[in-house]
Parts: sequence; C-alpha cells; structure tokens
Amino acid sequence: MRDITLGQYFPADSVIHRLDPRVKILSLIAYIVLIFCTFNYVSLALMAAVVLMIVILSKVPLKMYLKSLKVIIVIVIITSLLNLFYGTGEPIFQWGFIKVTWAGIHNAIFVCVRIVCLILCSSVLTFTTSPTDLTDALERLMKPLTIFHVKVHEIAMMMTIALRFVPTLLEETDKIMAAQKARGADMESGNLITRVKALVPILVPLFVSAFRRAYELAVAMECRCYRGGEGRTRMKQLHLATRDYLSIVFTLLVIAGVVLLNVFVNITV
Amino acid sequence: MDYISVQNVTFQYESQNESGTVIKDPVLNDISFDIKKGEFVAILGHNGSGKSTVAKHLNAMLLPASGKVFIDGLDTSDEKVTYDIRRKVGLVLQNPDNQLVASIVEEDVAFGPENLGVPSDEIRKRVDDALKAVDMYDCRLNAPHKLSGGQKQRVAIAGIIAMKPDCIVLDEPTAMLDPKGRQEVLDTIIKLNRENGITIVMITHYMEEAVLADKVYVVDNGRMLTSGTPREVFSQVELLKKHRLDVPQATELCHKLRACGVEIKELPLTEEECTSMLKEVLR
Repeated sequence: MRDITLGQYFPADSVIHRLDPRVKILSLIAYIVLIFCTFNYVSLALMAAVVLMIVILSKVPLKMYLKSLKVIIVIVIITSLLNLFYGTGEPIFQWGFIKVTWAGIHNAIFVCVRIVCLILCSSVLTFTTSPTDLTDALERLMKPLTIFHVKVHEIAMMMTIALRFVPTLLEETDKIMAAQKARGADMESGNLITRVKALVPILVPLFVSAFRRAYELAVAMECRCYRGGEGRTRMKQLHLATRDYLSIVFTLLVIAGVVLLNVFVNITV
Repeated sequence: MDYISVQNVTFQYESQNESGTVIKDPVLNDISFDIKKGEFVAILGHNGSGKSTVAKHLNAMLLPASGKVFIDGLDTSDEKVTYDIRRKVGLVLQNPDNQLVASIVEEDVAFGPENLGVPSDEIRKRVDDALKAVDMYDCRLNAPHKLSGGQKQRVAIAGIIAMKPDCIVLDEPTAMLDPKGRQEVLDTIIKLNRENGITIVMITHYMEEAVLADKVYVVDNGRMLTSGTPREVFSQVELLKKHRLDVPQATELCHKLRACGVEIKELPLTEEECTSMLKEVLR
C-alpha cells in the first residue's frame, strides 16, 4: 500500500513534462471539448491523431496508458454496445428485439474513440505533471474567481495538505490493521456486511488520529507565521516559455482544424 | 532586559465539566526566567510538568493568564507583534510527521518565508542555505514520507531556519526518534548554536540531552524547581530524586559511590568524565 501516489506522476524528460502546468490544464480542457465536438470521421481522425501524437511525445511508456485504459474498458464496451443496438433508422439485420443500424454502428465507433481519447488526454496530464505543480497551477488559474469570493488559496492549500498526508495516513492504516489483527480482528472472512463491520475498528482510530494530526499541523503552521493567502509570496514562479506559446498556437490550430472540418466536410452521420 | 524574559507567568487551561462549572487546571505557577542571546538552554521536566506550555508561551502560541513574556523587548500579549515574535522565535514540535506541510522537502522549507512575503529569489537562497545548514540539501527534492524520522525532524528545523529566527525553541524534538535520528538532530542543534549563533531553548526529559546545554531549568508541577549550569543542577541529586526526576547514569553512579564512602570531589555528567574520574580514584 505504501507506494500509492495520487495522480500517478511518471517523471521523465519530455517536452510535455516541461510545459507550464497552466498551459497543460487549459489545453486539456480545450481538447476534451474538441473531442466531443467532432461531428464527422475526418475531424474525429484528426483529434485521435493529435492525441496519439501527444501520448508519444510524453515519453511515458505505452504500458502505463494501457493500464489506465484497462480500468474503463468495461464502460467503453457497454456504452458502445448500447449505442450499437439502440440506433435509429433502417435495420441492417434484426434478431429478436436486437437490431443493428448504420446510425448505431457510427455512434458506437464515435463513443468508443471519444472515451479512449478522453482517458488518454487526461492521463497525459496526470502522468507528466507532479501533484504539487497541479495544485499550484490550479490555484493560479482559479485566481480570477476570488472576485466571486471563492476561497481559491484555501482550496489549493487543502489540496496540498491532502496530497501530503495521503502516504502518512496509508502508513497509519497499515499499522492500525496490524494492531487490530494482533488483537484477533478478522478482516478476511465472512460476507460483505461482516467485512464492512470489521472496518469500523480500523476507521475509528484512523479518524481520531487524523484529527489529532490536523490539530498539530495547525499549530505548526501558525508557528511558521501562516495567516492565509494574503501577502504570501511563492518560491517557484511560473513563467511561460517559448515552448508554452508554441503549444498554445498548436492547440489553437487544432481548434481551427476541427471547426473547419466540421463545417466543410460533408460526410455527416 | 535579556533576549527572552519570562516574568511571573501563570497559566491555566479552563474546561467545563458536565454540570457546566468551569474547572481551572493550573499548569504554570509564577514562573520567571531569562535567556540571553546565543545561549543554549534546556528546560527539563517530566510529563505533565508544564514544560511544553512554557515552550508555547515563548512564541505567543499561548498567552499568560498573569505575568508577562518579553521577546527581544516585545510583549507577547500585544497582538500587533504576534507575527514578529513568531518570526524571531521559531517553534519545532515533537512529531516531525505532523509539522511538514508540502509533499516536497524544499517546498516545505519554503513555506515559512512564503508566509512572510519574502521575494522569490530570496526564498530560493534561504531554502538552499537552510537545507545545507541541517545537512539535508541532497534530499531537497524528496517526498517527506520517504525520509527517516531524524531526517524529517531536520527538515522541520530547516523550515524554521529559513525564516531567519534569532531563537529556536524545540519541544521534545527527539522524543519520537530512534537513537541514530536523535544523535543527528542533537548534532544539528549544537551546530546551529555554535556556528550560526542561534539561541536554542530545548524542552526535554532526557537528562543526557540537558547535559549538553549551557544552562538547565528544571520545571516541576508548574513551578521552577531549580536552575543553573548542568553541573550545578545535577549535583542536587537528592532534590531531583524527590521530584521523581532522574540524573544522568554516570552522575547517579558516582553519587551512590560517594554515599558508600568513596572519595569523589565533583559529580561527573558524562560517561567519559565518569571513567576518567573513577580511574583516578582507583589509582
């Protein structure tokens, strides 16, 4: 359990790794919207090609991507099948209540490619950006929301602390489980309800200790002059480099490409 | 006035029992002491003696119910200077796990100066200097949970040093560490005191650690029991024993030998001192 890290950051030296995290987050949002705005095969193919290119540029082993795809393969199959069987129009063949239409086949292909692209895209972000960079970038991107009294700094601080304490609390869970097992707690047998009940003696001490840790952390933060986001500076400043501007231009070109292909290519489905 | 001046401080925790009456639980009772700039002071006491409460008074985390605490001439009860005081006097707590904020060592060290609004370039420099001072520069990009207890505690100390304090108060910094980690932390503390001239106030219940200090204050039951150089304090074996406090093993051995009629002029504090003294007696 000890090696679990949130976001599964995979350190490597690639162009994508070196991009400004803010640019990466905004580009991801743009690509996700674009993936769902592909209305014909040509624009879908363009998006799939772009996503594949980014995946290869990230220098993260393909095995990692396949692993993250494995988790959602069932969802992809189920949604594709549903789309396949519930298409409208003239059936190509019919067997009982199941009928397959051209529209159904098109829908299934679109849904399948879209979900796969979506997962690949988000994986690129989490594989190539460290959790700290992510929270940092989110804090800066959400800064304009302070006008609407959104506590941006507080949210980012909570994310930072949560990330920091995930491994600590996992370790603690291990210890408590061992301690309860040593006292004869049985966690491996019985039906679902008995097993869930067996978790109570683990969760209660875990929560108690988490609250104690939170209190001590608050004291330690106050000792280090923490008083909210006001007047705070940062050690790491984010600067947009040439590669960041190039990647923004590239994203804009992809947007333009998809829009043009949608408008001018008439292979509608 | 000395750098730290604690004057007739009384403190109590207040809590309500089930029927709603306020129970006052006195923790400190008319405590006074002074600490000079550059001194290495140990505050000694067993659990529940009020020694941690003393520590929290030194950086305005707690305010005295009566009496005054002055840090570099600033009154801790003056809210306007609370953060100036916390910058001057850094507090390191017992559990290193619960005082690290960020998931990368160097970013955690930067947390303090970031709160103070120090410019970015200056923070970078301070973080590097602080990590070098505690000999943790090579681990600056590690995640805290991958470090040993002693290393984590040294990172916590670096986080305080990066705020450029005049004084560091350590509340039982070695209580949760293994012997190796304890030695690492003690070496770091001594180095900071000797080389960087930082005033050190170490709260502890280990007699062997108190011996390292220039001056020892013994707190018992919220009162100042005795104070002086380690040699002065630990020569009062009977007094300390009466208040359920130990003396270093070497001191105790010689004290017992003396009681048996062996001629020992001065009680030793460390094992080395003890062996050389005994050699002389046996000659």
